[in-house]
Amino acid sequence: MEEVDVEPTTTLIPGVGLKQKHLGFEWGPGDILVYETNFRPTKSLRAGSGCPSVHVVRKDEDIYSPILRKLFNESHHIFVGLQNITEDVPSKNKKPQFVSISKNYRSVIRACMEELHTCCAHLVLFVLRLHSQVSILLATELIWNLCEVLFIDAAPAGCLLLHLLDWVRLHKADVDEKAKEVLQSDSPTNHLAYWDVVRDFILQGRVDEARHVLTKQASVQAASRTLYQLMDTLLHKMPVFNPSGTQTLTEFDMKWRHWHEECDRCLQDKSFASNPHLETICKILLGDEDAMLEHKELLGTWYHFLVSRLLFSHPTVKPAELHYYAKSSMDMFLDSRSVPEPLDSILLAAFEFDLHQVIKDCSIALNNWWFVAHLTDLLDHCKLLQSHNLHFGSNLREFLVLEYASGLVSHHSLWQLAVDYFDHCPEFGRVYLELQLERVPLETERKALKVLRICEQRHMTEQVRSICKIMAKRALSNNRLGSALSWSIRAKDAGFATLISERFLQDYCTRGSFSDLDLIDNLGPAMLLSDRLTFLGKYREFHRLYGENKFTEAGKLLLSLMTAKIAPRSFWMTLLTDALPLLEQKEVHIYTHTHTHTLSCVFVCVFQGEDVETAKLELLRLALARNLAMAIVKEGTVEA
Amino acid sequence: MDCINAKYVSQKISKTRWRPVSASSLQQPELLATGSWDNEDNKVSIWSVGENGGSNMEDEFEEIPVTVASVFFFGFFFNLFQFLDQDRLVTASSSGAVTIYNLKSESQTLSVLHTWEGAHHYQCARAPCTAVVCSSPELVSVGEDGRVVLYKADQSRIVRTIENADSSTIHAVTFLRTAEVLTVNSIGQLKLWDLRQGNEPAQILTLTGDRVPLHCVDKHPNQQHIVATGGQDGMLCIWDVRQGSVPFSLMEAHSAEMWEVHFHPSNPDHLFTCSEDGSLLHWETSSGSDTPSFLQGRNSSMMSRSATAPAGGNQSLISAWLSGDSSKGRLETTHMLPSQTLSVNSLDVLGQCLVCGTDGEAVYIHRRVLV
Repeated sequence: MEEVDVEPTTTLIPGVGLKQKHLGFEWGPGDILVYETNFRPTKSLRAGSGCPSVHVVRKDEDIYSPILRKLFNESHHIFVGLQNITEDVPSKNKKPQFVSISKNYRSVIRACMEELHTCCAHLVLFVLRLHSQVSILLATELIWNLCEVLFIDAAPAGCLLLHLLDWVRLHKADVDEKAKEVLQSDSPTNHLAYWDVVRDFILQGRVDEARHVLTKQASVQAASRTLYQLMDTLLHKMPVFNPSGTQTLTEFDMKWRHWHEECDRCLQDKSFASNPHLETICKILLGDEDAMLEHKELLGTWYHFLVSRLLFSHPTVKPAELHYYAKSSMDMFLDSRSVPEPLDSILLAAFEFDLHQVIKDCSIALNNWWFVAHLTDLLDHCKLLQSHNLHFGSNLREFLVLEYASGLVSHHSLWQLAVDYFDHCPEFGRVYLELQLERVPLETERKALKVLRICEQRHMTEQVRSICKIMAKRALSNNRLGSALSWSIRAKDAGFATLISERFLQDYCTRGSFSDLDLIDNLGPAMLLSDRLTFLGKYREFHRLYGENKFTEAGKLLLSLMTAKIAPRSFWMTLLTDALPLLEQKEVHIYTHTHTHTLSCVFVCVFQGEDVETAKLELLRLALARNLAMAIVKEGTVEA
Repeated sequence: MDCINAKYVSQKISKTRWRPVSASSLQQPELLATGSWDNEDNKVSIWSVGENGGSNMEDEFEEIPVTVASVFFFGFFFNLFQFLDQDRLVTASSSGAVTIYNLKSESQTLSVLHTWEGAHHYQCARAPCTAVVCSSPELVSVGEDGRVVLYKADQSRIVRTIENADSSTIHAVTFLRTAEVLTVNSIGQLKLWDLRQGNEPAQILTLTGDRVPLHCVDKHPNQQHIVATGGQDGMLCIWDVRQGSVPFSLMEAHSAEMWEVHFHPSNPDHLFTCSEDGSLLHWETSSGSDTPSFLQGRNSSMMSRSATAPAGGNQSLISAWLSGDSSKGRLETTHMLPSQTLSVNSLDVLGQCLVCGTDGEAVYIHRRVLV
């Protein structure tokens, strides 16, 4: 048994195990069945009755949430699209496509979050659960976004910081609301949050907006105008790397250092000494960590601190250097807390470019496989995962997608999505699918048809036969012989078709007439599926011909039925009895001498067989003899 | 592919229908009903599709269907329905019961007017109802038990049941004329029933060859002898009920079961089909006198193979669907959905508005269908 990474969580099941009885359990596809056993570790005098119910324990509640269902459906659409694009385009041009797919996934997460958020407002009862779902989605989107920046987009130094800034800005949207509130108030400069807004903008690198807010102050305080102008110039001159421009990274670095020195000079000259706010801002611009840490509440998180720190001390940071800054930022920011949260360690692993650790930690922290499966699949398409062979043979991506799909299959409705996921797992997907499809409950014919179509498209003949047999048996037990036959035809199941024909023939024997004539009269080429069925069809045709007074044809058909050996043995007597009136025909001579001879042979077989009514036998014998006589005479006569 | 809006609704859609608009008004339909399936508790919901947010210069409408009312069917797996008229809805479920609901859009409720329990059943079990059709005030339902049942909207007892109408499952039904219905079954037969007389079908039509189950049927709105059916192999067949017992033309439409086929109610040169293979096709036929202009986004036309030539008579009187020669008549097909989806289970078209529902739990609405 391998080492456990985290302590397993305990789930309390209400009403079970109260009297110290042991619990038994059974694994299901997505859940566990738990029941109380009679075994008790300590002897107790009271016998006590057990708890009569069986509990279904599910790990993943999310698939049953109506809003999160949209996440599963929409991401399924994106997943299928992703699997299909990779063939057409050469690998060089695929990166923008992967980035756009990554953005699609993220927008789906955001849409879900928005909807959950609006639901929170309406459904007071479920607020707690919804809030936790929202925060989980927020965290997943945060992680995904970071992975997109670091791994999929894989920006080099220079652009890297810009993308990280975007990342931070996206996840700290309250600045705009605060700014709006401040600017729309009567006296913005006297607003409590005024300087917070300015500092917030600067920490996020939104220099122009910070300048705009500062102008309000400049217009009010005429005396310090020069001071504000100085700050404005400093902010204005701050270099920002332009990835599409002609400036190289080295040039930018030089320019930035120049600007940094200028800021330093301002600080050393004590130019801002009269205004503590501006002095703090100047220190922030110089990348002073203590100044930034004084405003922890504005930063909110250690990764915001990290990005701000990089912005003002090392904007040309290279991807490989990130982890050092990340670790130190986290340590500086979280000095009071003892244990970092799971989210923190996942982000740190991402900054260290340890993909496997990210995936592993996410798998543990989240309660369903949705996130890791889709992210790993996308990363695998970007060729970022080394083939990491697991003990069970498939690679990491396949393992995660299989786990996710297996979780989906246990859902009464989302099982259809799982099919596409299994299809794109080359090694084990098919086997999983075969086993799962056999277990999908088939409540109506329509559902059975859909499952059948899935099986037929993948040439799973065993499953097709099995499903058709289930449906045919069910139809048969409900006396729907036509339905049963149409299922047997679909499965090309000769055995079952024989069974159904037997039922028809039995009905005929007991009632003397055929039921479901619309079916038997219109069998068409399906008749050839089984011998018995052919016999049934032809026998009915015989009756029809007889009814239309086409005796010669009827007679010939009857004879061929007997000679072709498709008639069941038990039916021969019936056939001979049917032949009786034909033999007795005075006007039209049906059976020739040879035919009668054949009939006699059949008769002999029957006679030697089981007990048959002697009266009938006598009649037959007489009729055959007479027919033979007539035939010999007729055929021997030469027409004059 | 613009003007098509998708909304994910967290339920697999079994049926979707526009609420009928009054004949006099030229308005686009605004209310839409959907039925779900495969949930533990299924429901029929009414959605309001107005124009939200106004139109921009680029003429893009942001329409988000919003639930107005819904009714739950607890524990039954498959539900379908039809609008009886503007205010009443008939539902049939896999429990075999048929129910009429009254829709009050002001109070946003669906209330039960009447239920016929167990209209479809086996000897000892319930049988799912597979289709229901209305021609106010008459209703006809068919089911997996092979029965055809007649009701009248205001009568609480079933008017008539044709027992053992079929030995296999009847998949769909449509009114041909008053008191005449057409059913299709799972052994590939089209049966014409005269409801006033007898328990036997008046006529049986089949495809020669393999008995492929037929899943849907619809009649031409103006010419009642023309009927279209869709089968399990995705073939679209056009039949002339007056002549012959074989279909008039066969077209390979889809690569899997065709679930619904609809003639456009006011412009019957247009036909719509949807299928398990995830596509929705718009078929347009023209008599061939002038070439229709090719518009952007159209896909390749499909070949139409006809079985027999028309029986003679004036070309202009014969519907374009029955013009046997494919060089004279032109048939164009367009894919209506932007990309491959899971099975499209149902569609409805009214005026210029098209709605369809899929197994991917999405409803697609197109407000500018070219008809």
